[in-house]
Amino acid sequence: MNPNYLDFEQPIAELEVKIEELQLVGSDNDLNINEEIATLREKSTRLTEKIFSNLTPWDIVKVARHPQRPYSLDYIPRIFTEFDELHGDRHFADDKAIVGGIARLDGRPVMVIGQEKGRAVSEKVSRNFGMPKPEGYRKALRLMEMAERFKLPVITLIDTPGAYPGIDSEERGISESIAQNLAVMSRLATPIVCVVIGEGSSGGALGIGVGDHLAMLQYATYFVISPEGCANIIWKTSEKAPEAAEAMGVTSAKLEELGIVDATIKEPLGGAHRDVELMAERIQQHLISQIDTLSAMPVDEMLTRRYERLMSYGN
Amino acid sequence: MSWFEKILPSGVRSEGQRRPSSVPEGLWTKCIKCDAVLYRPDVERNMDVCPKCDHHMRIGARRRLDTFLDPDGRQELFADLEPVDRLKFRDKKRYRDRLLAAQKSTGEKDALVAMSGTIEGQPVVTVAFEFAFHGGSMGYAVGEKFTRAAQRALDENCPLVCFSASGGARMQEALISLMQMAKTSAVIERMKQAGVPYISVMTDPIYGGVSASLALLGDINVAEPDARAGFAGPNVIEQTIRQKLPKGFQRSEFLLERGAIDMIVHRTEMRSTLARLLAKMMHAESRVIEPEAELIPKEAPPEVEPPAEEVDPPVFADIEDAPPKRDD
Repeated sequence: MNPNYLDFEQPIAELEVKIEELQLVGSDNDLNINEEIATLREKSTRLTEKIFSNLTPWDIVKVARHPQRPYSLDYIPRIFTEFDELHGDRHFADDKAIVGGIARLDGRPVMVIGQEKGRAVSEKVSRNFGMPKPEGYRKALRLMEMAERFKLPVITLIDTPGAYPGIDSEERGISESIAQNLAVMSRLATPIVCVVIGEGSSGGALGIGVGDHLAMLQYATYFVISPEGCANIIWKTSEKAPEAAEAMGVTSAKLEELGIVDATIKEPLGGAHRDVELMAERIQQHLISQIDTLSAMPVDEMLTRRYERLMSYGN
Repeated sequence: MSWFEKILPSGVRSEGQRRPSSVPEGLWTKCIKCDAVLYRPDVERNMDVCPKCDHHMRIGARRRLDTFLDPDGRQELFADLEPVDRLKFRDKKRYRDRLLAAQKSTGEKDALVAMSGTIEGQPVVTVAFEFAFHGGSMGYAVGEKFTRAAQRALDENCPLVCFSASGGARMQEALISLMQMAKTSAVIERMKQAGVPYISVMTDPIYGGVSASLALLGDINVAEPDARAGFAGPNVIEQTIRQKLPKGFQRSEFLLERGAIDMIVHRTEMRSTLARLLAKMMHAESRVIEPEAELIPKEAPPEVEPPAEEVDPPVFADIEDAPPKRDD
């Protein structure tokens, strides 16, 4: 099994291997081989389209957690320019599971805050696999309050397996740090646009996820409890995670239908990791249009709209 | 706690696994913490706090509000609010059926009861979680009722007191539950901006989404003695860090020491303490407070005749003593 492809993508992986082999044996002017490669490429595209048009919610969770899925730090340099990272919560530490700083979005100064899982193993460890501790949420809060002072729109990129469930997290008040962010984000007098780029896990995701506009990438996922956790509680086994994912409706399509998510940003064929540049460009375009709409609105009106939207959840 | 239970890792040990009471329903009851056989009227008079070991037993939402509010002028709020199964959630059973069963067994529409009334004459809006209803979990109906109650408090410039006891967000309403965290936090923030007091009282247990929203956002956070509160459950933490949790982890005393709460208040002193705090926050005149005594229902005699076959005499005076330290 090719680790760069998920289980349901293995037929695509096999085709890609064939294409690679042909490319290796084929000399420059070998017409037959080139034709064969073109046919296989075409076949691979159609197969990918077919497979991806039929993904179950659980498949989508797997794409969202794909080891090659682009993370915040893959997107930030592609979406923004002049990103200056800012560090620390001013009380305890700098939590590397959340990155933040001032950047420009096609010229507009903005505050960017994103959860970062880390790519290499050592980086994953230093970023705690994208599981923020209280200092991470407090850093985010500090940056958001700064953004309000300097009239910078806030953009958050959500991608976390959850807030860190550890002793130190609890000792320093992980619940309070998240709750405080929810409260302040509900009234922060600057536009807030949130995008779930990968895995939006429960309170840990929501802790930077309250705003005027919530978008999800097509194969991102957002849930109140991980499908494994839900399956463990109901069926006493995480093997029932696919059923749990189905029952909870963890996809952007379902969440848009429920009125929680405002927009879905289409992913390149085969998922964001197959074409990071294209994905970044689409996110950028979406952010520009949202930020411009919100910035044109009187602040009071924007805040009323945000509050009323919060109050409408579940109605 | 027996010596055997003491050597078990705390993840294995849980209240649910303690042996069920072998005492039949009726006049006698047993404390799940110290195993003392207790005369039920004694326990009730002591507001369901064990007269022997001071264990604060879990009580229902209505009993909670009944012991908190003045008897006159109470009014239940938003009683008609019903849960909604927007996802048509179904696992082994349909969520709709689970709701019907919970409604039948508790007599409540969902896990939150809201009332307006007074404490020591001061107007207050109160909400209390019913833990027996789906573990006090927060879905649409709970979030909505909390929000409406808070809005009522805002409109009437009257303090809000919330007694929480909850396992967290309600899984069966998925992201709608998660968004109730944002919703309740937003309305609390409005109260904060308007200067309308909100006191959050944490009672055993509070976890997950309720802890990471309304329970920790009080102007004043209060907890009952020995209540458990945290973001992640002890089992989840132990699985993550692969080590045993320290003594008293996530208990009220821990929360106080770590700065998460302002004070630990004994159940029998809850009413007088909160009345005193709110009077100051609302610039109301100070009242002479008779501690404890007034909490005893007027018709009850100060002392009960020990029943003939009683094992130990009722030790009502125990509550005057310092609560015993937990042994785990």
